Amino acid sequence: MSAMIAEHDLSGYVGTRTIRPDGVDKVTGRARFGADFNLPGQLIGRVLRSPHPHARIISIDTSQAEALPGVKAVVTRDDFGDQPSEFIPAGEMMMNYRDVVRNVMAREKALYEGHPVAAVAATSAAIARRALKLIEVQYEVLPHVIDVVEAMRPEAPLLHEDLYTAGVEPKPDKASNIAKRVEITLGDIDAGFKKADVIVEREFKTQPVHQGYIEPHAALASVSEDGSAELWCTTQGHFIVRAHCARLLGMDIARLRVTASEIGGGFGGKTVVYLEPLALALSRKAKRPVKMVMTREEVFKSSGPTSGAVVQVKLGATKDGRFTAAFAELKYQAGAFQGSPVQPGVMCAYAPYDIENVKVIGYDVVSNRPKVAAYRAPGAPISEFAVESVVDELAKKLNIDPIDLRMQNAAHEGTKAAYGPKFGPIGMEETLNAIKKTEHWNAPLRKWQGRGVASGFWFNIGGETCASLTVNEDGTVSLMAGTPDIGGLRASLAMVAADELGIPYDKVRPIIGDTGSLGFTFLTGGSRSAFSGSMAVVEAAKQIKTELCARAAKLWDTKPDQVEFEAGHVRHKDDAAAKFKPMSIADFAKMAGKTGGPIGGYGRINAQGAGPSLGTHLVDLEVDPETGRVTILRYTAAQDAGRAIHPSYVEGQYQGGAAQGIGWALNEEYVYGADGKLQNAGFLDYRMPVASDLPMIDTIVVEVPNPRHPYGVRGVGETPIVPPLAAVANAMESATGIRFTELPMSPPKVLKALKERGLNKV
Amino acid sequence: MAKHHITATVNGDDVEFLCETEETLLDVLRDTLHLTGSKEGCGSGDCGACSVTLDGRLVCSCLVLGCEIGGRRIETIESMAKGDTLHPLQQKFLEHAALQCGICTPGFLVASKALLERKAAPTETEVRYWLAGNLCRCTGYDKIVSAVLDAAAEMRKG
Repeated sequence: MSAMIAEHDLSGYVGTRTIRPDGVDKVTGRARFGADFNLPGQLIGRVLRSPHPHARIISIDTSQAEALPGVKAVVTRDDFGDQPSEFIPAGEMMMNYRDVVRNVMAREKALYEGHPVAAVAATSAAIARRALKLIEVQYEVLPHVIDVVEAMRPEAPLLHEDLYTAGVEPKPDKASNIAKRVEITLGDIDAGFKKADVIVEREFKTQPVHQGYIEPHAALASVSEDGSAELWCTTQGHFIVRAHCARLLGMDIARLRVTASEIGGGFGGKTVVYLEPLALALSRKAKRPVKMVMTREEVFKSSGPTSGAVVQVKLGATKDGRFTAAFAELKYQAGAFQGSPVQPGVMCAYAPYDIENVKVIGYDVVSNRPKVAAYRAPGAPISEFAVESVVDELAKKLNIDPIDLRMQNAAHEGTKAAYGPKFGPIGMEETLNAIKKTEHWNAPLRKWQGRGVASGFWFNIGGETCASLTVNEDGTVSLMAGTPDIGGLRASLAMVAADELGIPYDKVRPIIGDTGSLGFTFLTGGSRSAFSGSMAVVEAAKQIKTELCARAAKLWDTKPDQVEFEAGHVRHKDDAAAKFKPMSIADFAKMAGKTGGPIGGYGRINAQGAGPSLGTHLVDLEVDPETGRVTILRYTAAQDAGRAIHPSYVEGQYQGGAAQGIGWALNEEYVYGADGKLQNAGFLDYRMPVASDLPMIDTIVVEVPNPRHPYGVRGVGETPIVPPLAAVANAMESATGIRFTELPMSPPKVLKALKERGLNKV
Repeated sequence: MAKHHITATVNGDDVEFLCETEETLLDVLRDTLHLTGSKEGCGSGDCGACSVTLDGRLVCSCLVLGCEIGGRRIETIESMAKGDTLHPLQQKFLEHAALQCGICTPGFLVASKALLERKAAPTETEVRYWLAGNLCRCTGYDKIVSAVLDAAAEMRKG
């Protein structure tokens, strides 16, 4: 541990590899995750889920279940008031509570296999399970639709009789499964394509993939007789959970206190509510605490994967390699309710490039699958997979090095993005250069081996954020943040606080505050928590420094502008005033009571200026022509972090995103039967990468400082999942000569493609 | 059916409990003995988050029944540190930032310890295959594998 701390010098902790403050609890089993909370007298809640992908619910009879000894409460659609169809801001998200209440508990219809229909709370899990079997649900089974293109056909089974496509003129007079059409346009693509010497046009298909967090959803609710409630749950945003639950249960927000447990992975999937309102409703009825934990099967069937999609791409370039026009059409599955990430998919598609003429159209399409939830750079990996595959193909056609072609067209400071803004400083060119300079880029390859490169873009966001710093009596500092720490946030914020206040890192103790302790703080998502959390900490520290300077000025009987805060001490600026010994934070802490009371700062900000992060990934792989199995041999990920607060955790984001992207590219998919039921709802059949599937993942942390953050920080969490899909597909083309346009490139699919071309012989 | 009366040794302590036939060792550890360091990620032996040792052998505690452990010796993550001293694996996991969310960490540590007890100098490939039964969705395994190799090297130095 001391070796790590030794890296720190007077220039500060930011940029060093400290030991995370929550680390020891996590390596000893002490850290409490969602399912690790228990209360005296608690009941166990279980959910009855629809076995049908699409069915009208005629009736629900819970009387036998309620009569079973040990059953203390049963809830159904009747326990949740309906909500009007209107989009309401919840932080930076727009929620239609009409859909939220229906996803939490089916009303008129069950819209996917696994859709909750009832929930029970009983004195044991065994009794709860028995009670579920006693609930009689009468269904009218309806025809279902799973595939996105089929769902768009006019004759497709209709999920919502009142869903009319938004964003088209004139307003349609018939309901459909197409919830929304979006479009962005820059310049004139027809004119642009006329200038092109080469045009590549391709259609791509991706499958829904699950975030795959290892910790299932879990919640423990306790509602008291006066209607106040406490909720412990695993979530990326307990303030958002509070907002949703208060709304769905008709509670005053102040009466619901939500505490985020340690979170065992989320990747976007824990930004919405599933069990939380059910546990609260059951507890309210039973007047006892209710604990609910999903099984892995429930996680797969009933929580949000991300969209599968069909994407068309058309890209034109001059023969010397300048992109002249770019078009794409994206059809994204939303699951049972509208709200796929097609909008960010549209916006990100061509964002890494400086192109004069761009048009991207997107469709948000409902079908009988679980409602999608955010997944790491929601929407971007899908559209950028398609675009980056076509860029690679174009490079081959033009006989231009794929990195050079990207460099020639790279977005840079001043580029007008098709989705609107003009970029500030961004690191696309820097990451391309970083990859090109690696030994990896020029290493030799053998037969059946291939190398691929691809870039990726994600916006990053800021948003409403609170953090507090409290100076304790002994001069140590308590730091409280409002965004759950999903992978090193407390370490990063403590480092920033230590540097701001000029005190040792281990004198700052960070915690995640509950919803009663801080103001509304948007969730951990959008790669925002370290970016905006550190800005709030800087603000809180500024308040402390100002306050201490004012107190010193009083003590020294001088003007506040005659004192300054530097390196952890308040000093008198005037050298002649050498009689005033500089005072440390600990000095003030000791006499806080005599100088004005407790010392603290409270950063309450709406963080602006999140800089986009661009990345470029390089992968080598080998194809086994006999089995179609693909082995990743070598991987290098370069990405712009702006400034890496904690380099190890920044690298960890690159590595983890790359691994998820490799899984998406090669193996992961939701497999449905003709009956509309998910066939691989478990980790054995939903094949995520394991340690033996991967090599070491080399990282290059590029730092193009974000001018709008006090330390130059950019969010880094999401971009790393964007490049791998196309990097792997491009490497597959390099290894086999085959352009794979459908994910996942799983062994059966690869073997079939090899056989079709007579290549399946060693 | 009546509950089973079981006595066993867990982390060096004699324990005595009653359990239903269908209760897993993981249920017993978490719900009866309140040792929540072992995690349930899948309940089907696919994720390794519930890894413990049973008479020194690495098992998924979700695949063992509570009533099977009578007279046997269980070690969980809770017994890995000795007093104030972390096991070298725990220390290296912290230094290498080999955890992000940390839910899989207890399982990885228990599994890695079982590996190093059998093989003091494993290769990277051997570490990767030994740990193939433990899922991590955050790290891409890079820093976990590095931490295990580094801990092994340190333990060989003694």
